[in-house]
Amino acid sequence: MSTTRETTRPGSVSTSDLAQHDGSGAKASLPSRPRRRGAGWSGRAEIALLAGPAVIVFLAFVILPVAMAAYYGFYRWAGYGPPTDFVGLQNYVVILTDPAFLQAIGHNAFIVVMSLVIQGPIAILLALLLNRRMRGQSIIRILIFVPYVISEVVVGTGWSLMLSTNGALNGMLHNLGLGSLAHDWLSDPNIAIWTLMGILTWKYVGFAVILFLAGLQGIPEELYEAAALDGASYWQMQRRITLPLLGPTLRIWAFLSIIGALQLFDLVYIIWGQYVASTAGTSTMATYMVANGRNAGNYGYGNAVAVVIFLISLVVALIYQRFVLRRDTAGALTERKTR
Amino acid sequence: MTALTAGRTRRRGSGTNPSKRSTKERLPWGSPTVYFIAFVVIALMVVPIIYIILGGFRTNSQITVDPAGFPNPWNVQNYLNVLGGSVFWGQVLNSTIVALVTTIGAVGLGLMASYVLARYQFRGRGALYALFAAGLMFPITVAITPLYLVVRNLGLMNSLGGVIIPQIAFALPTTIIILVPFLRAIPDEIQEAAFIDGCSRLGFFFRMVLRLSLPGVITTGILAFIGSWNSYLLPLFILNNDSTFTLPLGVQAFSSQYATDTAQVLAFTSLSMIPALIFFSLFERRIVGGLTGAVKG
Repeated sequence: MSTTRETTRPGSVSTSDLAQHDGSGAKASLPSRPRRRGAGWSGRAEIALLAGPAVIVFLAFVILPVAMAAYYGFYRWAGYGPPTDFVGLQNYVVILTDPAFLQAIGHNAFIVVMSLVIQGPIAILLALLLNRRMRGQSIIRILIFVPYVISEVVVGTGWSLMLSTNGALNGMLHNLGLGSLAHDWLSDPNIAIWTLMGILTWKYVGFAVILFLAGLQGIPEELYEAAALDGASYWQMQRRITLPLLGPTLRIWAFLSIIGALQLFDLVYIIWGQYVASTAGTSTMATYMVANGRNAGNYGYGNAVAVVIFLISLVVALIYQRFVLRRDTAGALTERKTR
Repeated sequence: MTALTAGRTRRRGSGTNPSKRSTKERLPWGSPTVYFIAFVVIALMVVPIIYIILGGFRTNSQITVDPAGFPNPWNVQNYLNVLGGSVFWGQVLNSTIVALVTTIGAVGLGLMASYVLARYQFRGRGALYALFAAGLMFPITVAITPLYLVVRNLGLMNSLGGVIIPQIAFALPTTIIILVPFLRAIPDEIQEAAFIDGCSRLGFFFRMVLRLSLPGVITTGILAFIGSWNSYLLPLFILNNDSTFTLPLGVQAFSSQYATDTAQVLAFTSLSMIPALIFFSLFERRIVGGLTGAVKG
């Protein structure tokens, strides 16, 4: 792998696939292979016929709503008839000065950071553990991944029953004689956000494990063999070989995790509901949006909140792209070169 | 990225082998420590699910007396009540319709668009790909409020179509990102041979591409299906009428309606996750492959 990197020639630039996942991708180009035929007149008709439906659906239901949100965000509007009560930036001023929203941003930031800090190390260790070829590995992988497949509603309903004050967890603690450890897991503001982190870890760590396992499969066996010949210990190998080479996978996982955490809605809304979430200290930007937009019948305001969430996500994504993922783009170039 | 792409090439090279190999050659046992840690982790992962399933076999008085106990005696009445009522089956039907149509729509439209992106040379191709790829970054949460307005203006409120069409749109980015590499990997020689034999590009699409990209199609199909089966936010906005509820909404409605009947809620909840679990265990290998593919792009 290091040899391929050395053979890169500058100028052989093609943007990596991932670079195109962001909004700045307008200038991104697909790595092209030579075609014998250009697109003629009939070719263009085929293109329109094949790509047209997807483009139309995508524009109408993904791009248009985002644009509409930007427009309605400038109005005070209950959602019926054309919006007439233009309030300029008033909605945004209210949002950004509302303590409830600022708290929600704080919760989101906490969840972003803690998701990375908690899930990352656990998932790396589990992936290393499961990467050995051994009997039972596929059933272990399946079971670790199961919580990820189950719907948020099932997860939320099950956990809120288990964690209620007279639920199964407290019951178990009493049975074990650890009654003093029993807590009001869901509504105690000092604990609730950690409860949420526990549930999020439970639900999403399997996803990280699966990704890391895929990344580990891409690391050439020879590197470990060579290191073993040189007398490297297991942990030295993991530190010097595995972690650096797993870097790209780690960075992509972190990216997905960050975006997911910024937009967290389902679990919080199902377990806590809109009112309890704010008193228990687990409200997120998205639950704030639904509570103060649709549920309050204030669609102009809800759309403005959507725009704020969108911009925050975009800025975070672009910063991440710029400072963290840039290295991976360089790696992708060399890989393309070697094919 | 290097490691990822290398992983892909390697796996594709031995694409179908691992499953065959594992049946022939027996894997060695791992060390006891590894199994012990794996056991603890799996216990943590599975116990909450088992709690839900077993809880359905208990009575409310059992649950009140000992919230963390086993069913004693076992009681199937909760499950029979749920299975005997029409509410559950109506929601299963709604969820199935929504998930199937979403899957077919997303894979169909996605495959067509991916084919264009992978095998046609035209101006704006990169921009088109970037447009879809950008959609990957913004899940439905951000767009939900205006999306609700779009659906309402189209008169699709309280109809399954109002959930299906937006779901197709939001499934397209993942589908396209996964399928484009599959379609690009089809050797040019096959295409040329087909053209020499008088096959048009559209004919090539229907006769060859569909078959050759089947693994990718299955992967994206499963992702779309499970995503739809579990989706909550969009149905929550669009479906207000009990008769149109999908299972996630049904579970929530049921658990607030029968809030005091914990055992019954647990039975309903565990029945609602069975289809997704079956689907997952059937296609586990493909889902895992698809998720990694989704990240690799």
